[in-house]
Amino acid sequence: MSNRVLEVCGLSRIHGNGCPLCVESTGPENDTNICPHCSSVVAVHGVSFDLFRGEILGIIGESGSGKSSTVKMLYFDDTPTAGEAVFFDNGERHELFRQNAAQQRSLRNKRFGMVYQNPHLGLNFQVSAGGNIAERLLMSDLAHYGEIRRRAQELLLRTEVLPERMDQNPKTFSGGMQQRVQIAKALVTRPPLLFLDEVTTGLDLSVQAAILDLILEIQQELNTAMIVVTHDLGVIRLLAGRTLVMKHGRVVEAGLTDQILEDPQHAYTQRLVASSL
Amino acid sequence: MNIHYEFPLEEAGYAFGFLDEYAKKEVRRTILKAICIPGYQTPYASREMPMGRGFGTGGLQLTLSLIGPDDTLKVIDQGSDDSVNAVNMRQFVQLTCPGVEVTEKLEEATLIQSRHRIPEVALTESQVLVLQVPYPDPLVVVESSEARRKVMHAEADYSRLLVKLYEDIVHFNEITISHRYPTRINRHYVIDPSPIPRWDIPKLNQSPALILFGAGREKKIYAVPPFTVAEPLVFDDVPFRVEDFRDEHGQRRACTRCGATDSFLDEYSDDNNVKIYQCSDSAYCDGQLAQHQQREGKA
Amino acid sequence: MQPVLLVEGLAKEFFLHEQRETIPSCSNVCLESQQGKLTAIVGPTGAGKSSVLKCIYRTYLPSTGRIMFRDKSGQSTDLARADEHQMLRLRQHEIGFVTQFLNCLPRKSALDVVAEPLISVGVNRTAARTSAGDMLARLAVPERLWCVPPATFSGGEKQRVNLARGLISRPRLLLLDEPTASLDPGTTDLAVKLIETLKEDGVAMIAIFHQPDLVRRLADDVVELAPPMVVKDNNKECLS
Repeated sequence: MSNRVLEVCGLSRIHGNGCPLCVESTGPENDTNICPHCSSVVAVHGVSFDLFRGEILGIIGESGSGKSSTVKMLYFDDTPTAGEAVFFDNGERHELFRQNAAQQRSLRNKRFGMVYQNPHLGLNFQVSAGGNIAERLLMSDLAHYGEIRRRAQELLLRTEVLPERMDQNPKTFSGGMQQRVQIAKALVTRPPLLFLDEVTTGLDLSVQAAILDLILEIQQELNTAMIVVTHDLGVIRLLAGRTLVMKHGRVVEAGLTDQILEDPQHAYTQRLVASSL
Repeated sequence: MNIHYEFPLEEAGYAFGFLDEYAKKEVRRTILKAICIPGYQTPYASREMPMGRGFGTGGLQLTLSLIGPDDTLKVIDQGSDDSVNAVNMRQFVQLTCPGVEVTEKLEEATLIQSRHRIPEVALTESQVLVLQVPYPDPLVVVESSEARRKVMHAEADYSRLLVKLYEDIVHFNEITISHRYPTRINRHYVIDPSPIPRWDIPKLNQSPALILFGAGREKKIYAVPPFTVAEPLVFDDVPFRVEDFRDEHGQRRACTRCGATDSFLDEYSDDNNVKIYQCSDSAYCDGQLAQHQQREGKA
Repeated sequence: MQPVLLVEGLAKEFFLHEQRETIPSCSNVCLESQQGKLTAIVGPTGAGKSSVLKCIYRTYLPSTGRIMFRDKSGQSTDLARADEHQMLRLRQHEIGFVTQFLNCLPRKSALDVVAEPLISVGVNRTAARTSAGDMLARLAVPERLWCVPPATFSGGEKQRVNLARGLISRPRLLLLDEPTASLDPGTTDLAVKLIETLKEDGVAMIAIFHQPDLVRRLADDVVELAPPMVVKDNNKECLS
């Protein structure tokens, strides 16, 4: 289908040597990630999903569910032990895990955006906020100082970072503002695919709301496909059209977000929804 | 020579040029590889030299590997043939390479070893310039892991270096790097051209002479081959500028010794604490002075 | 004339894993919805009226039955078995749902909340906001509230914003779950007028009203649910 952006099939990640019994001894039915026979950790197993252009997919789960690990592999921060992922871009197919390191870096710098929970992963604290955004533009071969400055200003304005803070080091910013700079940095190359990993976790509620608002507005404007990883049902309800529920490395349920929240089928999903404050 | 612990030269068993032939072979092969990959920092086993690291052991190893009995060597330090280091180097070569001529006149030299300056007069195709390098890698300021730096060089990903230049322009309205200005060679590798001033950077571009860079402590050799493109890192709208020797009235300063207004000037304070300016390239200054005297003699 | 929606043998039951209980919600529901006509679902509390609407909209997964939806191009799809992307597309372009409660982003102004369904199908932002203003005016929402986020509104005001948002995009099929529940008689009348306009525009509607009076005024068809059986009745005079 011409509308598809990402096709993930059977993605798996095992930490440790692994053994033939790993998969059947772990998972939600066995209530563990750790294989009792070889002590390997099955962080992710058999995750498959599609992502369409302009869609927001939510991945929800508790700690240890494998949600962040899944996304890390798609963003090349980690390598899978099995599985495939195909990225469709401008009519081209890119098999993500068959690319060489240079091709992966090129995709990561130019076609993907990533916003991390921890700003230290997403931002360079040795340069100013504007410099962070400039860095991303410079990686995409833009070499005009005036143009770089203009685009950085534009994006920071769009993410509601005060213009006078553009030349300041993000070390001095509040958590919410650091996230905004991350978002600006991730979006400056107008990537077709954006990963958001627990971006509002740890922020004050009012700030959370503002950031989620911003993400939605930007998504409507740019029609970026997004994968939002969170443990917060409220975030999923607001942002995602479809959601995957993960537990112990497996997807236990997948469906339309409102259906997951109002008519959960799997025992775990029911428990999760019932526990939401 | 101290007879208690030194042999006479003929008995001591040193090869021509102090280094044994195997060492020279390795250095020459490294030079060839460096020429084939312009700007690439080629690693080599830097030998122990009879002076401390940081005093030009890299440059010296290049010189000793290339020099032959038909060569004429010029050694300068900060542009001057008279400075202590230059004199020591020159004397060492004379001691270990019998028959080799040394000179202060650029036009007579076939091999020039220099610390931190390129001579004012353009070099020719039959000359080789050896520069002494303290830190070969321009990325060392932005990335401390050598493995990651190698990947960045391989992929020509200098964005973090360019961000540093961007930050300079943001804070000071211009790029403030004065020496060691990062320069892209043959449109791929960016080198640290050693602590030569910006004034000398344009001389790297399309140079008729071969320019070699030796870092003894860091054990790297790299090269700018003849007639190769060498572009300082800039932004499209912020061009590269060399030093501006104009005074407060906008007049270009002249060397107080020879009157030249087209050379790189060093700034000194004289005995009365007045600032005076002189050509950094002493041989060039001498040449200008000789020309004046000739003209005056004729007049 | 082919119905826009044809529901056959729809049943929904919930299985609660923790309590190991099956809770029936509705069973053997059959109904039809035609263009330009409003079908009312009536019945006592607990009869599963909201469930029917939610099953159609796919918020609930139907346990059995067929929900045949005939889209703009004439194609029939069984909503109970449609895949997620199809469902999302239909919700965006052809099926609307006015729920009982207003769910929206904390900082969006009332005007933007109402304009959103139009913007998401590509209508220019200014034009969408103009239409939104128009709709809010028709439901007597004071202009001073248009630029304020609805979080602080009264129940009635929220419901009017909700209604405006649901009605603005003229979907092919509109589901209404107690749309006038918190409205005073005056505003209810305004809402009724709007619904009648929609009927004239050919929108097919399925609605749950808590007041029998509204059923009388608006419904062309009535479906009566009783837990767990359903009795189909085309004659609305039965209720008077």
